[in-house]
Amino acid sequence: MTPRLSLRGVSRRFGSVAALDHVSLDVPPGEFLALLGGSGSGKSTLLRVVAGFEAPDAGAVELDGADLLALPPHRRPVNMMFQSYALFPHMSVAANIAYGLKREGRPRAEIARRLEEAVAMLGLAGLESRRPHALSGGQRQRVALARALVKRPRLLLLDEPLGALDANLRERTGFELRAIQRESGAAFIMVTHDQAEALALADRVAVMDRGRLVQVAPPREVYDRPATRFVAEFLGAANILPGTRRPDGALDCPGAGCTIRAADPLPEGAEAIALRPERIRIGARPGENSATGTVEEAAFRGESSLLLIRLSGGALLRVSHAEEDGVPPPRGSRVRVNWDAASVVPLLG
Amino acid sequence: MIPVWVRAALWAGLAFLWLPVALLVAYAFSGDPVPFRWGGFSLRWFTALAANERLLEAAWLSLRVAGGAASLAVLLGGATGWVLARHGPFAGRALLGTLAGAPLVLPEVVTGLSLLLLFVALEGLTGWPAGRGALTVLLAHATLGSAYVAVIVQSRLASRDRDLEEAALDLGATPATSFATITLPLMAPSLAAGWLLAFTLSLDDVVLASFTSGPSGTTLPVALFSMLRLGMTPEVNALATLLLLAAGLTLGIMGLLLQRRD
Amino acid sequence: MRLALRLLPGLWLALLVAAPLLLVGIIALSWQDESVPPYSPPWAGQGLNPANLRLLLEDPYYRDALLQSLTVAAGTAALCLLLAAPMGIAIARAGRWRGMLLGAVLLPFWTGFLIRIGAWIGLLRDEGWINTLLAGLGLTDGPIPLLYTDGAMLIGMVHAYLPFAVLPVFAAATRLDPMLEQAAADLGATPGRAFLTVTLPQLLPALAAAFLLVFIPAAGEYVIPELLGPPDATLVGRVLFQEFFQNRDWPVAGALAVALLLLLIGPIILFQRLGRAA
Repeated sequence: MTPRLSLRGVSRRFGSVAALDHVSLDVPPGEFLALLGGSGSGKSTLLRVVAGFEAPDAGAVELDGADLLALPPHRRPVNMMFQSYALFPHMSVAANIAYGLKREGRPRAEIARRLEEAVAMLGLAGLESRRPHALSGGQRQRVALARALVKRPRLLLLDEPLGALDANLRERTGFELRAIQRESGAAFIMVTHDQAEALALADRVAVMDRGRLVQVAPPREVYDRPATRFVAEFLGAANILPGTRRPDGALDCPGAGCTIRAADPLPEGAEAIALRPERIRIGARPGENSATGTVEEAAFRGESSLLLIRLSGGALLRVSHAEEDGVPPPRGSRVRVNWDAASVVPLLG
Repeated sequence: MIPVWVRAALWAGLAFLWLPVALLVAYAFSGDPVPFRWGGFSLRWFTALAANERLLEAAWLSLRVAGGAASLAVLLGGATGWVLARHGPFAGRALLGTLAGAPLVLPEVVTGLSLLLLFVALEGLTGWPAGRGALTVLLAHATLGSAYVAVIVQSRLASRDRDLEEAALDLGATPATSFATITLPLMAPSLAAGWLLAFTLSLDDVVLASFTSGPSGTTLPVALFSMLRLGMTPEVNALATLLLLAAGLTLGIMGLLLQRRD
Repeated sequence: MRLALRLLPGLWLALLVAAPLLLVGIIALSWQDESVPPYSPPWAGQGLNPANLRLLLEDPYYRDALLQSLTVAAGTAALCLLLAAPMGIAIARAGRWRGMLLGAVLLPFWTGFLIRIGAWIGLLRDEGWINTLLAGLGLTDGPIPLLYTDGAMLIGMVHAYLPFAVLPVFAAATRLDPMLEQAAADLGATPGRAFLTVTLPQLLPALAAAFLLVFIPAAGEYVIPELLGPPDATLVGRVLFQEFFQNRDWPVAGALAVALLLLLIGPIILFQRLGRAA
């Protein structure tokens, strides 16, 4: 099957900075892809290249197998929802939503019908004659979405669509976004710097770092098996323990004061492993994958407690202690911790 | 928190700005032939003014020159501001920006002299403009006004991201449609403000007009200037009152229009 | 298309800003003669004429005119600042009266500056309002000369330029964070000290900009000295008019314009730097 969007070796430099460095990516029809990265990772540039506001220095961009780079922005069957929403301040909600249909030269009756559909789908009924400045943040967000969706794009680009909303609204709007994407059948590419948002909404997450795609995988895989140290660090919370790989595939970890072994021997070049806080247990176990330390801080977090444990080798380990496992060890107590080999994730780079 | 002396300075400054103007208006209704001496309420100076054809002619010429200069200034200053704000970096942009802002900081005697020299040289080379008069004053005022318009338009556009224009393109508008439906409405308030400013500058200018007008181009400020050189007359009081009234009305109407829009 | 759109303002500015300034420079180096127009350019056979510019340096009449212009401009700017600084701050902090007060400061600008000068003529002349008032109160025997003095000229200049000075101070003062003065008070500063150590330093660039915004146009002012100043107030604007219109010495007028520009180029660049920083 032809992918909806296909990028091949796309590069874009700004002066000496590579905003995009040989990016290749396929997005199948109907997929919700999250582009996750920090500021300056190139995620927004990637979006602007697809929309047509940035021309790549090298590489190819195709939509359903047809060259997209040859088209100016206004001819591309791709629409974008801007981070600022970019609602036209001098036009009503209805005029904003109908703007794109008018540019297509649709008959008046069709514009009215599709406008009505979009208004109903996004719950904007009754607001049609308002100006953008008279809307709440959540309403603006929905107008921006309606304006892009009403054109029935084959691919919708969303630049931090939830970024300007407050925390309460985010969760609900996120679910709505997901439902609208399923309903419309369009492929969505959403840029975000919020890993929770990316993991919660997307079919696949593409993690970007300094212009490169470092991992493209379903959320669970990105979370459980981060490919590189950067991904593990960016997704946060995981303990990263550096060490020296032994010839037999185990890792000597001086910081933890022990030897760490994964389910399979570590690949050549692995210099660190990731270990999630909730995979670490308190308690003694002989042999490898076990260390001793002192509890430095304990923070109650509702369903669990977060412990900061200083290991004998000096490394600080974050351990999540579930409430159902009983009262966590108090601050200052010496404890032994252990984990399963299956929980050890080798990290490259 | 506003310290007392700061507040006192504000009222002193406002009194300093307004008291002479207020007295001027009050004494315009005095019947005494000596200005600023009360001779009972009278409208005689307004009647005298209405009979002064030289002044009325100058006023009519000034209005036409100011209208033309402001319109030309909006056209050219608007284009300049838009190019500076929206065309990104291009060769010569810095030079264009410097030249566009130059009339704002040049002393008006320098601008006036330089424009007169230009018109004289042009006439010598091409025969146009034949002599100096309303047209050359209009061009001079448009030059000054366009600098103000360019600055206003540029800062207005720079304060808005390009995202609105990009959104229009993204929704299928051609660059020309995007300009007409998004950029132009965005510029409109600054164009209107710029027009009004250029109009006022033209109505207020003595120096540029003195340099670039011939005997046929006596604008109201130039006529007023030569009257004031001989001292104040009650007629000038009356004229000033009328001009104040016009300025007040214009500003009031503008304020109402702006309030309506919000 | 985009290139053509760039060319339009470019051509306009080249013709009506760049070319005229270039011409001023050329005239300053030309020779006066009896032709029409009354000069012969350097390429007419006589070559460059450095005498006009040299004259400005050597003849005390022109030297003093330039010097006196700068002094008057600096005095005007300083007086404006003295009033404008507290006015700008007070208006910025006036809450809901802010718009109205700002309008009250700017409105005189729309009333036309000749009219405001006319008002001062009426107030200051021998039979004017002030002298009539003083005589009426029995304080003076005869009119005291107020009009056509340096004082009248300064008052007129300050009156004309004050709104320009208020604007940058107001703009900067509105951007100030009111929490900073509260923080200073919380740390033990008296209101006066908080103003001097916290508020004023943040306003310095705006105060400098306000000073220059008055100083630059005031240095070339012609109308106000002509209408309110003493007849012997030889300021560069007046001398330039005189050379050009009465003596028909275009090259010397051009040289005066060049000299004025050279004197102002520093303040102009400084002003634009301040503007960009703000």
